[in-house]
Amino acid sequence: MHALYISLRSEFYKSRKTLAFWAAILLPLIICGLISSGFYYDAKKIIAGHYPPILLWARYSGASLNVMGFLIMPFYVIFMAFSVNNIEHKNDTWKMLFAQPLQKFSIYAAKYLYAILLIFICLFLFATLTFAFGHFLQLMVPKFNFDQYNPLKILINSYTKLFLASLGILSLQFIFSLLWSDFLKPMGIGFVGTIMGIITANIGWKYAYLNPYSLPTLALRITKVKQGDDPLAFPVFTQEIWTSLIYASVLFIIGYFIVTKKSIK
Amino acid sequence: MGNYAIETVGLNFNFGNQAIVKDLSLQVPKGSIYGFLGPNGAGKTTTIKILLNLLKSPSDQVFIFGKEINSNRISVLKRIGALVEQPAIYGHLTGKENLVNRCIVLGIKKAKADEMLSLVGLAEASNKKANKYSLGMKQRLGIAQALISDPELLLLDEPTNGLDPNGIIEVRNLMIDLATKHQKTILVSSHLLAEIERTATHVGIINQGQLLFQGTINELHLLSKPSLEIEVNNIEDACTLLIKQGYEVTAKTERIITLPFISSQNSGELNTLLIQNGFIVSSLYQQRKDLENLFLDITKAN
Repeated sequence: MHALYISLRSEFYKSRKTLAFWAAILLPLIICGLISSGFYYDAKKIIAGHYPPILLWARYSGASLNVMGFLIMPFYVIFMAFSVNNIEHKNDTWKMLFAQPLQKFSIYAAKYLYAILLIFICLFLFATLTFAFGHFLQLMVPKFNFDQYNPLKILINSYTKLFLASLGILSLQFIFSLLWSDFLKPMGIGFVGTIMGIITANIGWKYAYLNPYSLPTLALRITKVKQGDDPLAFPVFTQEIWTSLIYASVLFIIGYFIVTKKSIK
Repeated sequence: MGNYAIETVGLNFNFGNQAIVKDLSLQVPKGSIYGFLGPNGAGKTTTIKILLNLLKSPSDQVFIFGKEINSNRISVLKRIGALVEQPAIYGHLTGKENLVNRCIVLGIKKAKADEMLSLVGLAEASNKKANKYSLGMKQRLGIAQALISDPELLLLDEPTNGLDPNGIIEVRNLMIDLATKHQKTILVSSHLLAEIERTATHVGIINQGQLLFQGTINELHLLSKPSLEIEVNNIEDACTLLIKQGYEVTAKTERIITLPFISSQNSGELNTLLIQNGFIVSSLYQQRKDLENLFLDITKAN
């Protein structure tokens, strides 16, 4: 456990000055900032729509959730999985890392956990900033009715689903980036997988959930708010979330065996 | 086994069908500077990687401080510091941050980073990004990384690569200092015989994965018999004279006669003999056998 902790600390220390780390903070800040600016400058038009508070929140938070779930999230996860391993490929430091008196499992698990942690930070900031900026908009434009509904539960549920649904992609891409040092192979496979995922999820193919790249899209489709329904009633642990978790667990174990057999030539 | 820091017993290692290390039995005594000598591609780096368990060796073939490496990986690695091939450095971090990262991984005080930077002469460049370092500076940083945990055994793979003459002398002195004053055992690989001769107490010569020679530096000197080369005019007559006087001429070219080197005094006597007989001696020098010839000698002896 101590070895895992120090490996995790080392991962943070190594990457704290890299784009991969800052992307986790800047991405939610920029996207939430842009959406909030849009709502601020289009306030008159939005207010004229007389949305009930719950739908105003749904429209506002849906803007970032949809763009994340459909497009940015899979690519962000692919980039994260690549970055965490690429730092060793690029600097030819695998040999140094595996010559340290640490369990190979700790080194591998720390890298995997660090990638998960970055995705968690990113999505946590998305949820937090959506909530905070919504209330800030209310302060700036008092005619909005953001203050008449508490969206916290729906935000937490949606982003938790998005987070869990992305773990399958992360584990798969993590293995690719362990095996290959170049960006094009994992990115190319990830790109094709994501496009296939979006298509299969959107045409409603019944086996779409078996493609890990379609899981974030599927996870969000089910949380879409329908008028009259209770938006808080949707369960977090649905079929696609379990599929993602099973993919993540199995691929995590396979990845470990790849690491133990990895020869540092 | 107790007296050896490293012992390999009939070690074999293949990459696919290609045998890289064949029946290698290294014996590195504790407290020695062991020069691991061989041409490029001889299997030196592969052997060092096996000693670090980066490449998996068959069981019961590699012992570090008497412990089998595969079943004691962590406790063995705690006692080793290594520099393998190019130094493993994170280019986006400064020199100091690279060492601090190593301190985090090894659970040692971060103050050790400054101490090491001073030791390898990088204190002034400590806050410069490592990708801006010259090759020599990177090599020093790699040595600092290897030394930071104060290991009992150092594995240095061609540590003077890319260093200027001053840097080479500094690394050489550092190795001697570490072995004599701090009782470290050092295995240093090189393809330069002259480099190894200046520092090593023991030598192992490897070629095509096989150990051709292993012994003390004095035992190597006995094998590496130097020759005396004399640049003289009228080669044929000079040769006839030397043979008549009982000297053994091992080779001659248009300008140079080669004889076995016996002693400095003997070389002086030869010079006097030639001059007294009217020859013009342009130069007379002792020539050590280069690695290639030494290999040939050792191979012949085997």
